[in-house]
Amino acid sequence: MAGVGSACLFIALLTALYAIAASVYGARSGRREWVTSGRRAIYCVAGLCVIAFGVLESAFLRSDFSFALVAEGSSIETPTFYKVTALWATQDGSLLLWVTLLSLFSTTVLFLTRRSLRDIAPWATAVLGGVAAFFLLLMIGWENPFDTLATPPADGVGLNPLLRHPAMMIHPPMLYTGYVGFSVPFAFAIGALVARRPGADWIRATRRFALIAWIFLGTGIMLGALWSYTELGWGGYWAWDPVENASLMPWLVGTAFLHSIMVQEKRGMLKVWNASLICATFTLALLGTFLVRSGILDSIHAFGASTIGVQFLVFIGLVIALSAGLIISRLPLLRSEAKLDSLLSREAFFLLNNLVLVGLCLVIMWGTFFPLISEAITGTKASVGPPWFDRLVTPLALVLVLLTGIGPVLAWRRFTPAALWRVLAVPVAATATALVLLLAFTDAADSWTSLLMFCLVAFVLTVVSQELWRGTAARRTMTGESWPRALARLTGRNRRRYGGYLVHAGIAVLFLGVAASSAFVDQRDVRLSPGESFDVNGYRVTYREPTAKLGGDSGGTGAPISFGAVLDVRKGGKHYVLRPSRNYYSTADPSLGTISRLFEGEATSEVDVRWGLTRNFWMAIRPDIGSLDKPIREADAKFANASGDVQALIVAALAERYRRDPPPAAFRAISSPFVVWIWIGGGIVVLGGLVAAWPSPEARLRRVRSLYSARVGQELSRA
Amino acid sequence: MEYVLALVVLALLVAAVLSVPFRRRGEEERLEETRLAELRAAKEAKYREIRDAELDHQMGKLSRDDWRAVDRDLRNEAIDILRELDRLEGKVPQGGMDR
Amino acid sequence: MDPSRKRKVRLVVALTAAVLLATALIYTSFSASTEASKPSEIKPGRSYELTGKVVNGSIRHDGDDLRFRVRDRDGTASVPVSYTGVVPDPFRDGREVIVSGELEHGTFVAERDSLVTKCPSKFTKDEQSS
Repeated sequence: MAGVGSACLFIALLTALYAIAASVYGARSGRREWVTSGRRAIYCVAGLCVIAFGVLESAFLRSDFSFALVAEGSSIETPTFYKVTALWATQDGSLLLWVTLLSLFSTTVLFLTRRSLRDIAPWATAVLGGVAAFFLLLMIGWENPFDTLATPPADGVGLNPLLRHPAMMIHPPMLYTGYVGFSVPFAFAIGALVARRPGADWIRATRRFALIAWIFLGTGIMLGALWSYTELGWGGYWAWDPVENASLMPWLVGTAFLHSIMVQEKRGMLKVWNASLICATFTLALLGTFLVRSGILDSIHAFGASTIGVQFLVFIGLVIALSAGLIISRLPLLRSEAKLDSLLSREAFFLLNNLVLVGLCLVIMWGTFFPLISEAITGTKASVGPPWFDRLVTPLALVLVLLTGIGPVLAWRRFTPAALWRVLAVPVAATATALVLLLAFTDAADSWTSLLMFCLVAFVLTVVSQELWRGTAARRTMTGESWPRALARLTGRNRRRYGGYLVHAGIAVLFLGVAASSAFVDQRDVRLSPGESFDVNGYRVTYREPTAKLGGDSGGTGAPISFGAVLDVRKGGKHYVLRPSRNYYSTADPSLGTISRLFEGEATSEVDVRWGLTRNFWMAIRPDIGSLDKPIREADAKFANASGDVQALIVAALAERYRRDPPPAAFRAISSPFVVWIWIGGGIVVLGGLVAAWPSPEARLRRVRSLYSARVGQELSRA
Repeated sequence: MEYVLALVVLALLVAAVLSVPFRRRGEEERLEETRLAELRAAKEAKYREIRDAELDHQMGKLSRDDWRAVDRDLRNEAIDILRELDRLEGKVPQGGMDR
Repeated sequence: MDPSRKRKVRLVVALTAAVLLATALIYTSFSASTEASKPSEIKPGRSYELTGKVVNGSIRHDGDDLRFRVRDRDGTASVPVSYTGVVPDPFRDGREVIVSGELEHGTFVAERDSLVTKCPSKFTKDEQSS
């Protein structure tokens, strides 16, 4: 079967190259048959990739260890869900996922635009074919997912236990969908530039793709943060690690793009910005895909020292050169059609928004690549840590939240300065009230940046509520509908605007969570024996008893040995029971004894969190199994050739020993306020994005359209 | 062996699909119809802007004078689009004006 | 103010903001950064980000402290490390680590929670922070 998969990839590469040639020839000669053939070539690439993906996935499900990839990433006892998702945990498999998603998206957009954008679509086809060809070439030449083993092993290595978490398995497809999604507007932007049609047509055709990509990318980032918080033993959700940053940067620039294109659609301005932003977003998406697997930055995320780093760099260089070259050569065409009338207009603030988001992205880029920069300048590799990022990002984030509040309040083209008071009165009053309440009843003043952020969040939420309220009221005076109906109609007719406002509200809530949980967190690391207690933030935590379980834990990861603790957490009348533990997996390392092997594989922290709307209580444990070293070594000597059943008995005995006489264990307890709102905010953002992306009903517009048509027609005849 | 067989089969399938446009010639150009669709989309967008401006005025963001100015500009732009539509639709037989 | 003058003013403001940002970036990053160094390169008196591999058999728990030795990735020069804080899951003999701190009396005293361990396998994507 692996042969079929390999053949699919090879034919797909040839087809993708044909797509480029045919589309370009068709565009230049004006012969439509070649363009259509080129488009169909992309459809074929999609079909071939799907077949290849199916072949590989079925190999995983069948545990066919003749496939090298299956032998490395899966095993017989891996649960089915993780068998399926193990495909993209590997370098080769993830490349296949990327190109499959790319070809499916390309097929969709090319099918939808097959009768429109005649000048642009062929060039877009060529670009999409080119990107697909690159990834296919990478696989065929260097990282073939269909490599086979001459003598398939009896069992595979299995999935790294750290990855056995649902969020971690959904995270890559989400991110890739995000990265891939942005390639569509990018391709059409290039096409628009090449075909010298810089109007808003390419934007209108690909806007939804950009929005969907943005939603997926954001979700992927959120899931990664959630995984970090609930799976890893440090209790944080963002570490400013190069790979985390690599996914955030395209999201930031993509956000700028989504806003900026509105200005081009309405006023024909910011064309150079939009072309540059989408090229930058796509380049950053490629960079994001590359950083994880390059090994050029000291990150714990690296897929390892890479065999394909150079190729990626070359491709990224090509993309940058092509984009920059095209934009510069078409500069006269990209001139603004209108002028910025008023600094108080939405257009002006969107321009400011562009600057802030790009600024944020540049700061993060600087910090991420600093080791390389410093090496180039001073000769030594130096790096900056999270405190530096926090220090520089916080002011920009505050400005950004402020802008998310001001944007909805303004109008397009111009804004009557006198009206500024009318519009800002209530939000400013709400902000002032929030400030007073926070100062009076909380210790929020301890962190002035957090205090400022809380006030800005109050500002944004008030603005969004006010917009909805006044908009509904205005609609009621025009149509006389009831409140609920007016609200539904208002938002339904203008999903883009109100979906966007919902996103702004979500962002504000997210930053509320971030500010609260980072500035007012209380953390303690202690060593405890059973019966001992310690205090965190007024909570009394008592180590009740140790736990030791075998084979099968709550996470469904098929973990062999699990040591943990039961802890009572009490504050006032509240009482929670937390059960953090640590899973120990086995290794196949032959240099260790039979029993030692069972304990010396990977170990994962199974964190226990008590979620709450106002406060989370997080605990992790690091048991000290050093006390079991001697008995384990004795068992190694006595039972070197024991069968699986005997081994299980021995391990059970060791577990019982741990339970009866546990040494002190290391605990970390973190009490952080409003953490859950980070992900609730993220959820609201996704909801808002979906509302904005939802297609609007054409039928309903018909009635009002004919009214307007008549009115405009009247003036036409008068003029 | 399986690899070579798959190569041949897939190559033939793909070639068949790719050659369809060349065999099925005589597909109508209908360039103008696509231009019509694009203009109609632009018209819809312009009408939305006119409505939005009125809403903004109702919500108090624009004074009466400011709104009148914006509304006038937008309607002029809408008229331009309608003129272009008229011109094109004059050439195309009655396919329905505002479908 | 006529339009072209307005535009010039805006351009000046934007450029000034850009220059300010760039200055802030450069100044803060070079002053706040820690140098990544191998065990054979570090000297007492300043903080470093030590990178290298954990020497096999050198891991000991000393009460709340974790003690181990780090050696050059390709070499034998090694230095003892004293560390407190969260220990990442992949941490064990032979793994590549990054830890920040300063050399004091021959022992590298690490900053709390600064230990980062690289994922060992070439094919699994791993995320681990401290």
